[in-house]
Amino acid sequence: MLQIEKIKEETYDTLRLLGEVDASNSVLLDQAMQEVLQQGTRFLLIDGHELSYISSAGLGVFMSYLDDFSEQGIRFAIFGLNEQVAEVFHILGLDQLIQIVPDKSTAIALPHVS
Amino acid sequence: MCPKLNLSCQTSALSELRSFLQQNLACYTLSDVERHQVTLAVEEVCANLIIHSHACNPKEEIQLEIKDSCEKVIFEITDEGIAFNLLEYEVPQIKKVVEEKRKGGLGILLVRKIMDEIEFESKNGKNICRLIKNFPA
Repeated sequence: MLQIEKIKEETYDTLRLLGEVDASNSVLLDQAMQEVLQQGTRFLLIDGHELSYISSAGLGVFMSYLDDFSEQGIRFAIFGLNEQVAEVFHILGLDQLIQIVPDKSTAIALPHVS
Repeated sequence: MCPKLNLSCQTSALSELRSFLQQNLACYTLSDVERHQVTLAVEEVCANLIIHSHACNPKEEIQLEIKDSCEKVIFEITDEGIAFNLLEYEVPQIKKVVEEKRKGGLGILLVRKIMDEIEFESKNGKNICRLIKNFPA
C-alpha cells in the first residue's frame, strides 16, 4: 500500500510517502513527481518518515528525474528515511547523487547546488 | 519442512511475498537491516521474473522455497518462464541510469550487492535461481 500526500508551501513542495513503494505502485510516485514538476516547482522535498519500504522500482523513479532537476535548477532532497530504507539508497550509492538528510529543517536549509 | 510460497505472476502479489519473508526470516540471526535487505533482494528477483519472464500473467506462478543450514539461508526461486540468468546480466553504471533516465536495472545491482552468492540453472524448461545469504559470524 502506498499513499502520497502533496503539500504545497511557499518556497517548496513536499511529497509525503506513506507505506511501501514497489513495482505494483511506483507509477503513482512517478505521476505525483510529474504533476509537481508540471506545476513548476523549484524545490521538491520527499518526506520519508512514513516510508517503510522501497524497491528498485521506486528508486528508479527518483533516478529518472535527477537529470531534469539539475538541468532546470530544481532543488531536490529526501528527508526522514528510517535506517533500513536509508541503507537501500546507500548500497547503490544513491546518497552520493541525491541529497538525503535527517529532517525537514535540514532539507530546507540546504544550500542551492546547481 | 521448508517454507514454500507459490506466487501468482502479478505485481500486486509482491506485498504477499514480503509478508511471507518477514514471517519466515524472523527466526534467523540477521539484523533488522539485513532482514530488510534480504527481503528486498528476493523481491527484486521475483519482480523481475513476474514482469519480464511472465509478462504479468496472473495465471502463471513462480515458487519460492526457503532452505537453511547453520551458516546460511538459501532462497530458491523456481519458474518456467523465459530463462533469465542473473549472473550474465550486465548491470548498468549508476551514472548511465541517470543519463538515460531509465527506470530499470537497479534491481539486479541491489541483488548482487546484498546476497553473498547467486546460482542459476536452467534445464528442461525449469529455471532455478538460488540466492544465498551467509549469517554473520
